[in-house]
Amino acid sequence: MKETFYDVMRRQGISRRSFLKFCSLTAASLGLSPAFAPKIAHAMETKPRIPVLWLHGLECTCCSESFIRSGHPLAKDVILSMLSLDYDDTIMAAAGHNAEAIVTEIVEKYKGNYILAVEGNPPLAEDGMYCIIGGKPFVEQLKYAAESCKAIISWGSCASWGCVQAAKPNPTRATPVHKVPGLANKPIIKVPGCPPIAEVMTAVVAYLLTFDKLPTLDKQGRPQMFYSQRIHDKCYRRPHFDAGQFVEHWDDEAARQGHCLYKMGCKGPTTYNACSTVKWNEGTSFPIQSGHGCIGCSEDGFWDKGSFYDRLTGINQFGIEANADVVGGTAAGIVTAGIAAHAGLTALKNAKQADKQPGAE
Amino acid sequence: MTVTNTPNGFHLNDAGRRVVVDPVTRIEGHMRCEVNIDDDNIIRNAISSGTMWRGLEVILKGRDPRDAWAFVQRICGVCTGTHALTSVRAVEDALKIQIPENANSIRNLMQLSLQVQDHLVHFYHLHALDWVNPVNALKADPVATSALQQSISPHNPKSSPGYFRDTQNRLKKFVESGQLGPFKNGYWTNPAYLLPPEADLMAVTHYLEALDFQKDIMKIRTVFGGKDPHPNWLVGGVPCAINIDGVGAVGAVNMERLNLVSSIIDRTITFIDQVYIPDLLAIAQFYKGWMYGGGISGQSLLSYGDIPDKANDYSAANLLMPRGAIINGDLTKVHEVDLTDPEQIKEFVPHSWYKYSDETKGLHPWDGVTEPNFKLGSNTKGDRTNIQELDEGAKYSWIKAPRWRGHAMEVGPLARYVIGYAQGNKEITEQINFVLKTLDVPVSALFSTLGRTAARGLEAQWAAGKMRYFMDKMMANIKAGDLSTANVERWNPETWPSSVKGVGFTEAPRGALGHWLKIENTKIANYQCVVPTTWNGSPRDEQGNIGAFEAALMNTKVERPEEPVEILRTLHSFDPCLACSTHVMSPDGTELTQVKVR
Repeated sequence: MKETFYDVMRRQGISRRSFLKFCSLTAASLGLSPAFAPKIAHAMETKPRIPVLWLHGLECTCCSESFIRSGHPLAKDVILSMLSLDYDDTIMAAAGHNAEAIVTEIVEKYKGNYILAVEGNPPLAEDGMYCIIGGKPFVEQLKYAAESCKAIISWGSCASWGCVQAAKPNPTRATPVHKVPGLANKPIIKVPGCPPIAEVMTAVVAYLLTFDKLPTLDKQGRPQMFYSQRIHDKCYRRPHFDAGQFVEHWDDEAARQGHCLYKMGCKGPTTYNACSTVKWNEGTSFPIQSGHGCIGCSEDGFWDKGSFYDRLTGINQFGIEANADVVGGTAAGIVTAGIAAHAGLTALKNAKQADKQPGAE
Repeated sequence: MTVTNTPNGFHLNDAGRRVVVDPVTRIEGHMRCEVNIDDDNIIRNAISSGTMWRGLEVILKGRDPRDAWAFVQRICGVCTGTHALTSVRAVEDALKIQIPENANSIRNLMQLSLQVQDHLVHFYHLHALDWVNPVNALKADPVATSALQQSISPHNPKSSPGYFRDTQNRLKKFVESGQLGPFKNGYWTNPAYLLPPEADLMAVTHYLEALDFQKDIMKIRTVFGGKDPHPNWLVGGVPCAINIDGVGAVGAVNMERLNLVSSIIDRTITFIDQVYIPDLLAIAQFYKGWMYGGGISGQSLLSYGDIPDKANDYSAANLLMPRGAIINGDLTKVHEVDLTDPEQIKEFVPHSWYKYSDETKGLHPWDGVTEPNFKLGSNTKGDRTNIQELDEGAKYSWIKAPRWRGHAMEVGPLARYVIGYAQGNKEITEQINFVLKTLDVPVSALFSTLGRTAARGLEAQWAAGKMRYFMDKMMANIKAGDLSTANVERWNPETWPSSVKGVGFTEAPRGALGHWLKIENTKIANYQCVVPTTWNGSPRDEQGNIGAFEAALMNTKVERPEEPVEILRTLHSFDPCLACSTHVMSPDGTELTQVKVR
């Protein structure tokens, strides 16, 4: 973002005269004295904040709610100082035509120089009319805004994978952003989770602005800095897993001592996210710490992988950790072969993951 | 031109100019509003349309009922958790599961913290810009702002001229950048904004302060539920275990965790008392001449009640948040509400984009059907994928029309407060009388847009106090030796009867919420939700009754039709939540349950 917005506007053939007029109109529309116009012009020539269009499709707004829970940076600092959140249905003052006009203005004025953030996804059934914005299908607004953007951020599991409305039988044909016809070739950063962790969301934004490039993405398009390791890999209850100490029933003695939740259906061993390290709500806790297994909410199709309380099955790989795990399990005297086998998979699977995702480990 | 008198007492006339607001912003989800205004810019016809549908109830069919809370929690991430709580209550009702006292206290703490945070965020971040002009704040004198702050909230330490000057400087820099972000294209020169610059600066300062503070309230839910939004819940209790001084206490809810919760409760009470309530009253003083937006609030109100004092007792007498129905404006009679009575709650679809075999009749949620049927009326302007003007004579919304004994009802904080007032609830009556006296307005002032907004603030204050109550209650219970948080007797599906049905309810921040389900052979056979915005955002019904949003817009004067801030004010006073209006259908696509996300 070395280029200022004034530069961009000039590049698109807007004269300095028109630019200054735009600044005067901006001041007038706010009821401010003409003295503000040159200040606005000066700022736009020198200190640009990158415009962001934050669109909402079929969703529950949990991503926005998570975003405003960010402790570092604070949401207010992101909005006031880091970027220019020019369109976001959830918090914007404007409504109706005034709101729609902003999308057009940003797309035309800042061609190739704004970020498109998408929360939720478009339904493609019923000509898209399961989600209507301004009388038209949301998918039209999405495609229009995507056409000229610099990059797309797919917030949360809805935009990244489809999430709950795309769970079987997906009655509205809710479709994640990268599968919307015409968008596959756009640079897309997926930030999955239902919702994503607040500080992961703001960190992705800060990375884009600070380093002026996309973060390194894994093969699935997620920033590897937050999504390259499983929750299980860095879970503080992992030693209890390795030692074969498991919660068998809710609120049993093992639960009160914070033993491993694997037998209660925890999906930590198959879920790639930063919950066990970054944790939630400024490090307050994360699901496993508060006694419930991970439900795998950042994984593709997590709604359709059986009950959240079913023990993970189909894990049959052994790795170099197997010996240590088996020894630990045997010492505890309660670990079945199946569980030991599962425990052993970590290292090998990590290694395989590293093959598939360069630099993942 | 059509002139109609609705059975619920409104005179509709669509002769005047049509004004369309789409998208309605600063709400959850997607909605559209159309009104007709006469030559004096008075609204004479109003149409509210829900413009999204997700089909969640279809998705739930055949699933494990113990998983349902996680699915329905995703109906809404703003009132996050309230659908989950409603769901676990419905499953527990069906399977006759009793939860431990500690689980009841923890659930109440989570639900009350949501009430406080949601109301706070609504007031400052979704609603305030209808009353507060941030650009006008640039003209304020920080010294006078400080004096104003000290006069309305003498105990608030953040009241120095320097504090307000810092915010003003930051705001000035922001505006001078020409990039106005969320404030772009607002109606900042509209004469409908009445606050002096000092009140605007104070409110904008608290807009930012509340944004910082609200995230701390939700840490209570993170302690017990592991994350927020969308914490974890459990059929039979709560997933977190309590361990005060045993081996491994650091792996459970221990003294440090309880202290964290307790300190947040104290800070929350202080913030509501010193910032939210004084701001609410100060802003209301300037707008108390703007008495629009009553709609049906003076005649038809409904609340299911919530916050059980003792665990497992859902009778009205044990619910700290009031339950009942008021109809025909008769406050002397609060009717009993029974969610299992097929004659009380019914949903209609003649003006909704759904199909019934007989659309003259309504269906009780246990027998509910949700089959989408997107069809526009012959008087629609535009076409199927480019709607200019809706035809309200035909189907025009993704929201169904629920009715209580045939009446369109308003739900939410105002409904709860008026019902509590009518029942003589001591705490609620004291709060209401305090506000009426402070603002020097009669009881009738409650039935308005401002009344709705005021009731929400009072309820946040009430809820913060009740958090302290349940925290103390839980500590006393732990002290007495009870650590239990979950009942697992019926956890195993093999212990379940082959066919059962249940209903669960809560008072979501936006109003009465109910889930009805049937379980057959350990799987969900039918799941139906009727949510607050289904009640408030309801379209017309078979009889022609208009819903609460539509009624509240009627007869309002719009100063500048191209800048309809008055429409936004009234719609926002309900805190609409449209994702909640989603219906679910069965896997074969023939039977849909409606989930209305409020």
